[in-house]
Amino acid sequence: MNGTRFSGYLRLFILLMVAMTLIEIAPDAAEAKERASHFTLKNGMEVVVIPDHRAPVVTHMVWYRVGSADETPGKSGIAHFLEHLMFKGTDKIARGAFSKIISRNGGQDNAFTSQDTTSYHQRVAKDRLELVMDMEADRMTGLKLLNEDVLTERDVILEERRSRVDNSPQSILNEELLSALYQSHPYGIPVIGWHHEMAELSRSDAFEFYKNYYAPNNAVLIVAGDVTRDEVEKLAKKYYEPIPTRPEVKRSIRSSEPPHRAARRVKLVDPRAGKPMLERLYLAPSYSTAKAGEAEAIDLLIKITSSGSTSRFYKKLVIEQRKASAVGGWYTGTAVDSGRIGFYAMALDGVSMSDVEASMEAVLDDIKSNGVTEKELERAKSGFLADYVYENDSQSSLARRYGWGLITGQKIADIEAWPDRVSKVSVADIQAAAKKFLDIKHSVTGELLLPTKAKKQAVKKQAPASKS
Amino acid sequence: MRISKQSSRSTGLSAIWVALVAAVLFLPNNAEAMKIQKVKSPGGIVAWLVEEHSLPLVAMRFAFDGGAVQDPKGKAGVSNFLTTMLDEGAGELKSQAFQEKMEDLSVKIGFSSSRDVFSGSFQSLSKNLDAGSELLRLAVTKPRFDAEPLERMRERLAADIVMADNDPNKVASRAWFRLAFGDHPYARSVDGDAASIKAIGADDLKTYHKNIFARDTLNVSVVGDITPEALAQLLDKVFGGLPEKSSLAPVEMASLTAGPKQKIIEMKVPQSVAQFGHRAFLRKDKDFVPSYVLNYIIGGGGFNSRLMEEVREKRGLAYSVYSYISPYAHASVFLGGVATKNEAMGTSLDVIKGVFKRIAEEGPTAEELKNAKRYLTGSYPLRFDTNSKIANQLLWIQIENLGLGYIDERNQMIEDVSIENIKAVAKRLLQSDGLIVTIVGQPTKLGKKG
Repeated sequence: MNGTRFSGYLRLFILLMVAMTLIEIAPDAAEAKERASHFTLKNGMEVVVIPDHRAPVVTHMVWYRVGSADETPGKSGIAHFLEHLMFKGTDKIARGAFSKIISRNGGQDNAFTSQDTTSYHQRVAKDRLELVMDMEADRMTGLKLLNEDVLTERDVILEERRSRVDNSPQSILNEELLSALYQSHPYGIPVIGWHHEMAELSRSDAFEFYKNYYAPNNAVLIVAGDVTRDEVEKLAKKYYEPIPTRPEVKRSIRSSEPPHRAARRVKLVDPRAGKPMLERLYLAPSYSTAKAGEAEAIDLLIKITSSGSTSRFYKKLVIEQRKASAVGGWYTGTAVDSGRIGFYAMALDGVSMSDVEASMEAVLDDIKSNGVTEKELERAKSGFLADYVYENDSQSSLARRYGWGLITGQKIADIEAWPDRVSKVSVADIQAAAKKFLDIKHSVTGELLLPTKAKKQAVKKQAPASKS
Repeated sequence: MRISKQSSRSTGLSAIWVALVAAVLFLPNNAEAMKIQKVKSPGGIVAWLVEEHSLPLVAMRFAFDGGAVQDPKGKAGVSNFLTTMLDEGAGELKSQAFQEKMEDLSVKIGFSSSRDVFSGSFQSLSKNLDAGSELLRLAVTKPRFDAEPLERMRERLAADIVMADNDPNKVASRAWFRLAFGDHPYARSVDGDAASIKAIGADDLKTYHKNIFARDTLNVSVVGDITPEALAQLLDKVFGGLPEKSSLAPVEMASLTAGPKQKIIEMKVPQSVAQFGHRAFLRKDKDFVPSYVLNYIIGGGGFNSRLMEEVREKRGLAYSVYSYISPYAHASVFLGGVATKNEAMGTSLDVIKGVFKRIAEEGPTAEELKNAKRYLTGSYPLRFDTNSKIANQLLWIQIENLGLGYIDERNQMIEDVSIENIKAVAKRLLQSDGLIVTIVGQPTKLGKKG
């Protein structure tokens, strides 16, 4: 789950997970011509330009090669906290004025933090590109923080945690699952942080993190929309290139994951659960760590297994066996270190968790033993390729595609060759991926349950305070 | 922004007329034309079209008047149920066959129901447009309502309702509409409730479909790789089989319950969620546009809004605090939300009421008004930067009956709001002592009601 500075509403973590897998869908063969041009400034800052001249609008993003997985032990949440504090001001930008200036120029801005990146973005009319570049470059090194603003903002991120996690049993389960999946690697620590550590974060923690990781040579600039490469290059040289390179700035060295030898289980009983749910995560390679073709095979495997009404899970658990009201799955393949495969099922009334789990196992075992059909593979491939074409409708989606790719160690050529690689995956590759990566020893299985005695509506009762 | 009328151009198909209208979206120092064409099919169906041939995609949005307000009594959730059933088997194709065909063609068909409108969306690659639109025709005109998918969707919808009953945000919002609207259909949830979902049968869905899906209330917008001539034929193919006239149940205008009213719904959560608000002005009210600008200043403008400044930036009481105006067809509401740890809910609500009271008394500052105008006018083009977003904008302009000229006039309407005007509107709109408030959680230290 990503933390973001501001969102008007909250969603179930499942939707977030699914949305994240959508973001990870990379480019396509259907359009052979290159979309993006790429160059590097003298100070090491990478720049990507993705022209789209349909509307006089640009998307400007700066992605830092630092995320929550780079935090010092004991300082969980600092990457995301700093993301919030980056809006507080500099010598040039008055206290709290950053977003206001963007708004007054008809623009929209936001930012997000994930395990591997912290990203700041604005959508503005094309003639305001220079303004936002000036402002973004300025806060790369010029952040100023008053202690009282830091303390107030710390209350805000604690409220954000309550909204995103503590108020939702599904999110709590997800946090527990990640924490159980990773025995050593920091991907097991929530992006937003653990409450007790967040409550102790200070101004100096934020500055230390800022100094350690925010530098042009640790950042990628992406500009998409109604611009040319030359226009962006000129502005980038003016605003970003003068910022001195700092060769010592790079990603942290992270603890690595030992071989997993035992499947783990997590059980959460919560009266707010609504419906019982089973969720399983497997450790898997990512596009950065996988052998050639393996990550593409996992993407297709997960689509065939769990995406939409024609998927194996849906047909078996929802239609044929009537054990679940909803099923789904995702592959988090865009990561610096390991990736993850996830599945979930929401049980129908009267169906036990073990029953649901046995059915999911049977579907997976069948794929491991017998593979998938050519027809299924064809359908999954054409779905991915079509999604790529649909994605071209949105400059923001294109910008995110390149941002995620570059920030996790891919090259532009890798990103743009993805459709070619997907189209080469065979049914044998899918079966091999299922056998190799759907290994129970690399997994954690979570159950979200209602208390046995409590009635489902027990959490909802009306107080006498009402006037109506 | 400006619109200039141009002469109709000959289309080659005698029964079709195409009015070419250029709606020019101006950004500072930059002007680019977006041509909106009004296309009328031989069968008399009208759509707004923006041709965009640079991507091999076609996006369509369409809507019928109706929505959840047309759900029969005791059957709340019929229209929402219907949104799940139209692609679960149509014509000769049963559920799985239909779903497989959609995937084979990579065509995306979706439906949604809001309080007043039942809408659909369709996206296709240009190369699959013929076969894709045939699927859309079947979904819109020949849904099967087979028993197996019906029960499957019922189970999913019932599960959604149980999940929503445990989501403090949804509980607070639903309680607010119940409290505010009493006996009016707006009091019901669009999704229905556990009892109503159980009671809905295939006949209810068929009746709703027959009454609502008709050409007289149909609005269509299309953006993408398609010519007016091809669109004209597509419109008749997809929608031509629908009855001419809809049969809508009359819906009375709603008057909201008078505040102050406060309702607390206990839920064991560490953070309480509140919804607060009261009546606002209908879209056709002379004060609608000023009230829309005012809402930006109060709580619609993110970090530019007073609620965000007072509740989050100054006091760190919440991550999210906002307000908006929803001008429904039969009532308009000014509604806000905040999520705060249980012990701070009282303080948050006091701060929020204080913001309303002060703006009602003093109005916004000239600086705030200027900043609001700069954002609202400057960001308008951001709503038109993808095919799908353009189609959506064009659909809502039609539903709201704002006319082709709206895109041209909209920013000027905002610029025309004066400081005197907005001060008067603030007095007329805001009722800081008459708020309808619902709180879900375990709030402590609450002040007086409403």
